[in-house]
Amino acid sequence: MNRFGFQISTARSIDLDRADAKLRQRLLEAVPSYRYCIGCGGCTATCSAGAFTDFNIRKTHFLFSRGEVDKLSPTPMPDVDLNKCMLCGKCTLVCPRGVNTRGLIMQMRQLLVNKQS
Amino acid sequence: MKQIAILGAGPAGIEAASLLASLGHPVTLYEKESEPLGNITDKAFLFPNFADAQEVAVTMRAKLDNPNITLRCNTEVTQLLPSYIAGFQEENLTGTPVWKVNDELYDIVLLATGYTPFDAHRKEELGYGIYPGVHTSLEMEKMIREKRIINSVGDSPKRIVFLQCVGSRDEKSGNHYCSKLCCVTAVKQAIEAKKQLPYCEVYVFYMDLRMWGQGFEEMYRTAQQDYGVNFIRGRISEAGGTFDGRVQIKAEDTLLGRPMKMTSDLLVLMVGMEASKGTRELATQCRICGEYGFAQSKDPHLHDCQSDAPGLYVAGACKRPMTLSDSINDGRSAAYEILTSL
Ligand code: SF4
Ligand code: SF4
Ligand code: SF4
Repeated sequence: MNRFGFQISTARSIDLDRADAKLRQRLLEAVPSYRYCIGCGGCTATCSAGAFTDFNIRKTHFLFSRGEVDKLSPTPMPDVDLNKCMLCGKCTLVCPRGVNTRGLIMQMRQLLVNKQS
Repeated sequence: MKQIAILGAGPAGIEAASLLASLGHPVTLYEKESEPLGNITDKAFLFPNFADAQEVAVTMRAKLDNPNITLRCNTEVTQLLPSYIAGFQEENLTGTPVWKVNDELYDIVLLATGYTPFDAHRKEELGYGIYPGVHTSLEMEKMIREKRIINSVGDSPKRIVFLQCVGSRDEKSGNHYCSKLCCVTAVKQAIEAKKQLPYCEVYVFYMDLRMWGQGFEEMYRTAQQDYGVNFIRGRISEAGGTFDGRVQIKAEDTLLGRPMKMTSDLLVLMVGMEASKGTRELATQCRICGEYGFAQSKDPHLHDCQSDAPGLYVAGACKRPMTLSDSINDGRSAAYEILTSL
């Protein structure tokens, strides 16, 4: 139990020198169209899950591709919790760059599961 | 016959001179450097089709082989005054002013004195001239041309970071405008770097990616698709050196709302375009100096190659940032305007 009124803060900075580049690499191999993402947020804007919860799909795939996966699993932060996605595929319909976002989500889930085991 | 002077033998000046000369009008072309062609000589490839810049330069150079063109290299024009400002009375038969270029008199002058790249030393926080891994886009272009992209210790870099908008869109540099072609130049250089060094990681940090021209957006896509170039929306706020000669950069990944840092072998600063010294000084002398030291045209839509001074025409990047093809076209338009006034 923390008996004092302070704790050690961890750095908030994304450190690309330490990021796990392999995860992004595997994601791109499985879903090559993700290379085209320009971060426009169209997917988030239309997301059915995002309309009713904090879930932000663009933020989720950005965090994943920056190697910040500890935010996504095993105890995901509410805004990047892939379990909230219903795989409805609306995001795929609106993406201006033709990213297979639904496939992207399935792959991210799979890679996170593999990473745990 | 009216005497015509063209100041600056860059793309706009050369194009205007060759057009006027080919239609039988003698022109005198002034160039401060020892060779014509201006800024093309520094380039390796041209966007969007990766044309060999030096081949284009040879073609441009050949346009000057015309007996009607008198090319005066190593001749900096320091004085450009119309009779009504200089106070001498001579007027030509049509009543338009006479122009004094250094010590010679002309009826018509075309200002085509171009731009100069932004001096990256002015953005001290980005470490240019302080850390060996920090380069300007001009130096990167040279490394690409020589097929020798190296880090500060002479090895192949493992990571290259490009930063957009250096000296443009920046209150601190005093330049609010967008330099228009650094975005696409960064994408071009990123692709070239990946062609030469397939295993190198390449990042481009941008505020907005302005892929406005034909084929530009497609180049951006190609950079993502075929070359795996990473684009991050965020401005690098500062760069520092590491003990082994690399550069550490700090930015915000604005799409995640999180600060970000990384080390890179090279940091390439995409420097913007400013009015050249000649443009600034001459435009001021004849009272057509507009914002940021660029020459001001009479009207941006209908009379973009004319100025408010009778007999003085303006073409190319002395007016605003312009691509090579825009400058060539603008030189041609200016020649046409001059022809109709003769
Ligand atoms: S809609 Fe497509 S391009 Fe836009 S952020 Fe989502 S995945 Fe990326
Ligand atoms: S597939 Fe998932 S992320 Fe895409 S719109 Fe549907 S719920 Fe949202
Ligand atoms: S062209 Fe791009 S890099 Fe250059 S000033 Fe404009 S936005 Fe910035």
